[in-house]
Amino acid sequence: MNFLLVALGGFLGSTLRYYISIKTNKRLIGTWIANITGSFLLAFVAKLHMDGILSESLWILLGIGFCGSYTTFSTFGNESLQLMIDKKYRSAIIYISSTIMISFIIVAMILL
Amino acid sequence: MIGALLRYAISMILAGDYVFPYATLITNFIGCFLLSFLLNHSSIRSKLRDDVFTGLTTGLIGAFTTFSTFAVETIELWNENVLFALLYTGISMIGGLAFCFMGFMLSTKIKMQGAS
Repeated sequence: MNFLLVALGGFLGSTLRYYISIKTNKRLIGTWIANITGSFLLAFVAKLHMDGILSESLWILLGIGFCGSYTTFSTFGNESLQLMIDKKYRSAIIYISSTIMISFIIVAMILL
Repeated sequence: MIGALLRYAISMILAGDYVFPYATLITNFIGCFLLSFLLNHSSIRSKLRDDVFTGLTTGLIGAFTTFSTFAVETIELWNENVLFALLYTGISMIGGLAFCFMGFMLSTKIKMQGAS
C-alpha cells in the first residue's frame, strides 16, 4: 500500500515539475521554482505530520511521493555544473546560493 | 513514479538512527552521476526516442533525487547540531557537483574512445 502511495505521489510530482519546466521555457527557472516551492510544501506537510494532524498515509503520499519527486537534486546539480563548464561562474554561484538560501529560510521559518 | 519508488526503497533499506540522513545523500549522488552521464552521452540520446529520453532523465532520475527532503533534513539537523547541518549541506553540494562532473567526464571519455 505504501509503495502505491509513493508511486502515485511520485507520478503527480514529476509530472507537475515537467509541466512547469515547459511553461517557463527556461529549465533553470523551472527547477528553481520547483525546488523552492517543493521545499516549502514538504516543510508544511512535515510539520502537520509531526503535530499528528496528517496521517501516515497522507505523509507518504504527499511528503515522500509528491514533494520528493516534484523537487530534484540531480537536475539542480547538473544545471549548476553546466553553468560552470560554460564559465558562467557568477550565474552558477547565484543559482546555487539562491536555491539553497531561500528554501532553507522558508523551511526554517515553518519548522523552527 | 519508478524513481520515487526506488528512492523510497533505498530509504527503507537504509532506515536507522544515523547522524546524517545517508539515504538522501546516496540517492542524490547516484542520481547526479547518472543524469550527467546520460545528458552528455550523445549516442545514447540519439538512440532513444525524445519522449523516452525525457522520461528517463526528467522523469525517472529527476524523481529519484530530491531537493525538498534535503532542505527539510538540513533544518532538522540544524535544530540538533548546527555544525552537522553545515557539514551535510557542504557534503551534499560538493559531492553532488563532483558526481555530476564524474558522470560528465565518463560520458566524454567513452565518446572519445568511440571516435578514435
